[in-house]
Amino acid sequence: MRALKEEGVKHIFGYPGGAALHIYDALFKQKQIQHILVRHEQGATHAADGYARATGKAGVVLVTSGPGATNAVTGLATAFMDSVPLIVISGQVQSHLIGTDSFQETDMIGISRPIVKHSYIINRAEDIPKIVQEAFYIATSGRPGPVVIDIPKDKTDPNKKFEYKKPKHISIRSYKPKIEPHPGQIKKAARALLSSERPVIYAGGGVVLGNASKELIALNKLVKAPVTNTLMGLGSYPAKDKLFLGMLGMHGTYEANMAMHHADLILAIGARFDDRITNTPALFAPNAKIIHIDVDPASISKIINADIPIVGQVKESLGALIKEIKKSKIKIDSEAVDHWVSQIKEWRAQHGLNHEMWKGAKKSNKILPQVVVQELYQATNGDAWVTSDVGQHQMFVAQYYKFNKPRRWVNSGGLGTMGFGLPAAMGVKFAYPKDEVVCVTGEGSIQMCIQELSTCLQYGIPIKIVNINNQALGMVKQWQDMIYDKRHSASTYQNSLPDFVKLAEAYGHVGFKVTKQEDLARVFKKAFALKHKLVFIDVYVDPSEHVYPMLVAPNGSMKDMWIAKDKKA
Amino acid sequence: MKRTLAVLIENKPGALARIVGLFHQRGYNIDSLNVAPVFDGSYSRMTVTTRGTENVVEQITKQINKLIDVIKVSDLTEGSHHEIEYVLIKLFNKQFNQTFKRKLKNLEFQVIEQDNSIVVLGITGSSASVDSFLKALNNKSFIEVSRSGCMGMHKSEKHLTI
Repeated sequence: MRALKEEGVKHIFGYPGGAALHIYDALFKQKQIQHILVRHEQGATHAADGYARATGKAGVVLVTSGPGATNAVTGLATAFMDSVPLIVISGQVQSHLIGTDSFQETDMIGISRPIVKHSYIINRAEDIPKIVQEAFYIATSGRPGPVVIDIPKDKTDPNKKFEYKKPKHISIRSYKPKIEPHPGQIKKAARALLSSERPVIYAGGGVVLGNASKELIALNKLVKAPVTNTLMGLGSYPAKDKLFLGMLGMHGTYEANMAMHHADLILAIGARFDDRITNTPALFAPNAKIIHIDVDPASISKIINADIPIVGQVKESLGALIKEIKKSKIKIDSEAVDHWVSQIKEWRAQHGLNHEMWKGAKKSNKILPQVVVQELYQATNGDAWVTSDVGQHQMFVAQYYKFNKPRRWVNSGGLGTMGFGLPAAMGVKFAYPKDEVVCVTGEGSIQMCIQELSTCLQYGIPIKIVNINNQALGMVKQWQDMIYDKRHSASTYQNSLPDFVKLAEAYGHVGFKVTKQEDLARVFKKAFALKHKLVFIDVYVDPSEHVYPMLVAPNGSMKDMWIAKDKKA
Repeated sequence: MKRTLAVLIENKPGALARIVGLFHQRGYNIDSLNVAPVFDGSYSRMTVTTRGTENVVEQITKQINKLIDVIKVSDLTEGSHHEIEYVLIKLFNKQFNQTFKRKLKNLEFQVIEQDNSIVVLGITGSSASVDSFLKALNNKSFIEVSRSGCMGMHKSEKHLTI
């Protein structure tokens, strides 16, 4: 407990059990740390994850051994894929029972090995302070990630006393994350960037995680390049800015993907060229020189070869790049760049997203999911913390909710974990109790962690849930429509969906159902006026709606997109 | 292409599993693996041989380096280096005949144990020469064999220490 307090921990999300009871008893005897009892350990990990994404501090989870630990695995993998600092403390059976298949024993270190940044098993109680300190350092530094601390029950025995000792400074000889970029590489990057005629800045989650949004904006005041964000990077560059192209990749905007494909220079910042971005790597941005800034050297030249690799913290690297550009005598060919920007405008005019659908669509019979997001944007002044689950609704939020601030958009990008949204929203609300926190979900995802509605009642967590209910696993169904000749294998529920309004009420919350587009704005207004209530807004949307644009795969490049059901561009 | 990596890793429980697991997780192969604590025993030195294109091996090296317990990694194949392997082989005396001895011609070996019935040899050589020696034998030529796996070190002054 003391070690956790010294790391500044205020909240722990967890679930007790035999092997963790000594720790739970210590929790009971103190007041500084609030423990939030979830209803399933997966919920605890996602809540701590949401807390971490929103604050930048490590989220803390406490679970028991065996099933407690295994239930935390999906949350660990989610955090690992998105580089989220998370500390998962798992109880373990007593040391002398390890390896004997004892009750609630599982090899947590072994199970979690591929999905953690690092893990510890406590062999001596006196190591706890040092290990906790190291764990927080590792989780939050360099490329952040989850760390597991597995503690056999006997190591937390309150009757066994030890001297509380830990080093003043952390020094791990095998772990020295690189912070400052190489000055020579920065020089090269500045030269390339200033000499480019068709630059694109491709900024990812690393800009958010590395708190480098300010630097990104400052850099682009100098170079005035079009900027696109990955799903994880949304908010790192203000969406309202004229040079913002929206998200890129699989469901990115037409103009963002076209710009990437035709660029002569791509400045990748804290992004990792994953398969949801590049489409076929061999066909990726054929004429672009690539500058890649990342704190993780293994992310550089993994999929797309970087011409100018820069290993360093994003904040420090961008700072150095800004300095270098200010010093440089190279003049940007602004005529060429202007021409490039107007080319992009043309693309946007051709097939760009329509952010004004909500204005004209009031009287339609069916509710369009895009309009739900747009109305939500209006209702929250674009200023809410938005979490999401995974699927079509997630893409609609990414496309239509214009994030102007970093960290406000919380979703599972890398692992794509359904069930993430509701507990993540709880975590965000604990971090920012006065702010509006909305979970945009679907009727599929929400049922994967719906039990947390009970947690929300216990702790009075007045988040708003917007259920984009298309009565089907929408993204699966979209693929089946497009690729499997409309064979909807296991993607519909055959009238088995619960009445979500009644369900919300059963959990002690408020539920609204919306079936007409014209009612959306009014219901949102009513819901957000209920400041102290969790409101579940179940919106029945047009089930036939697909997410577009969509990159053509396999064998497509970034310029090959479906832009409507029957239209390729 | 065959690659030989030298790795310095903290001598902690589970550290080896992290390396082995990483190869499996990321779809890389381990051809041979040699590991033992060195110096004060606080860390181990490991030699891993694997195969892959330059890009793949670069990724392997980076991913290994990312493991918190790994102190240093070096791709020995990038420069000139020594590679050596030790083999224990047990055979019946009658198998230890002229034909067998001819096959040993290019290798250094010692007789480690010999009694009325069997002989145990300790053979030293490059992995390639050990491979071709063992290839030339068949399962009737010996009783059992154990290989240390390749051990590697940079040539001349270049070195890998903490």
